[in-house]
Amino acid sequence: MHYSSLVLLLAWQDIRGRYRRSAIGPFWLTISMGVMIASIGFVFGQIFSTPMDEYLPFLASGIILWAFITGTINEGCTGFIDAEGIIKQLPIPLFVHILRVLWRNVLILAHNILMLPLVLLVMGKGLSFVALWAIPGLLLVVLCLSWVALLFATLCARYRDLPQIIASVLQVSFYLTPIIWMPSMLPDRVGVVFLGLNPFYHLLELIRSPLLGQVPSLTSWVVVAAIALFGWLFTLFVFSRLHKRVAYWL
Amino acid sequence: MASIQFIQAGVEIPIFNANSRSLKNRLMQIATGGTLLFDHSGHVVVRALHDLSFQLADGDRVGLVGHNGAGKSTLLRVLSGVYAPTHGQVLLQGQVASLIDVSLGIDHEATGRENIFLRGALLGLSKKQIQENLDSIIAFSELGDFINMPVRTYSSGMHLRLAFSISTVIRPEILLMDEWLSVGDEGFKHKAEAQMAELVESTKILVIASHSRDLIMKICNRVLWLEHGMIKMDGSPDEVCGAYFL
Repeated sequence: MHYSSLVLLLAWQDIRGRYRRSAIGPFWLTISMGVMIASIGFVFGQIFSTPMDEYLPFLASGIILWAFITGTINEGCTGFIDAEGIIKQLPIPLFVHILRVLWRNVLILAHNILMLPLVLLVMGKGLSFVALWAIPGLLLVVLCLSWVALLFATLCARYRDLPQIIASVLQVSFYLTPIIWMPSMLPDRVGVVFLGLNPFYHLLELIRSPLLGQVPSLTSWVVVAAIALFGWLFTLFVFSRLHKRVAYWL
Repeated sequence: MASIQFIQAGVEIPIFNANSRSLKNRLMQIATGGTLLFDHSGHVVVRALHDLSFQLADGDRVGLVGHNGAGKSTLLRVLSGVYAPTHGQVLLQGQVASLIDVSLGIDHEATGRENIFLRGALLGLSKKQIQENLDSIIAFSELGDFINMPVRTYSSGMHLRLAFSISTVIRPEILLMDEWLSVGDEGFKHKAEAQMAELVESTKILVIASHSRDLIMKICNRVLWLEHGMIKMDGSPDEVCGAYFL
């Protein structure tokens, strides 16, 4: 239990380290996210000629959540590699390093999400009570991301090409997932493949649709819950076999 | 009660980026370092420790001697729980702490005070325990107002004082060290020695790797001599030092 304070401390230290000596510190995260939303929103809003009050909240929530998901996965890949110094000196449970990555990215998300109320306000939209569904959604998504991070951290410690491969896959997924474009823009037949079979779509939907005033579909709940459950079972199976090797791979 | 038991324990470390072809025809037994081998899938492995069997109990003050690469640091890592033995068994009873790298985890951009919490948490201290010890740590370090300055502004001596002051708060049952910690100028050194002596006194088992005969003769009551990852000699300081430090 006393490792929880270590996790909080290390994660907070990571964020502070990045922005030390800068006047507004981690709020640079919020600002750069705002700039990105505004510029992509302006360009693609014109191209797709969708009404801004519909497009911009969709884009803002999508991009912010995507940054959280990919940030966690990418940093999860190097979760053990980056902690080499600690892992080779102190017998701290390895999951501490994964929790550090998760919590660091939750903190970043907390800064980025500040852009959303602003966008909603400018577009004259409000948040309804439906938005509260985003909380269980986020928890379930974090549960998924935690096994992904643990599994990838373990495998990437051994196979150092994996982080690059995973980063490219995530890059491609950004365009295959409805973030910049909206599901309604797809022809029906294509939609089944791009949405139904895309795990990222369901992860996003669980948080994004309540923020935009809609209860997520039961399908998304079931898919994400299944990813969490089977993912954890598989990861525990792999990790229980490999965790003693991690220190040797670093 | 603390105890350590090694039963034919060994450690083989895989090296994935070694060019195995260039090694294949070469003599494997080399002057320093562990033995280089190939595992069943053709990877190069370093056999850092091989077939170690010994027992340590309360009151043991063990010195580890041996040439560079003889396996001292690897053995300390196994003792700390960082490396699980790849062969045989290691049974550890008691809380272990290592003073091998006292600067580990110190963030140069953070203040001395922040670093006390950071380093303390890494050593397994709770926030409450750190808070209770905060004043005495700061007082001991004699850093004064510098405790609220970023560590990058410290001289290397001040840096070590801070690391030392935090790291010696712990009172583990089994203490691991790589050489004696000696820090600071004359005045501080004296104080640090007393602190170290007290720490060593309070632990049940001490394992210290050292190249210093004087140190081992002074604090140890048993010495393990490692060579190529195996125990060459295990006995009293007089006996082993007599043979090792010719």
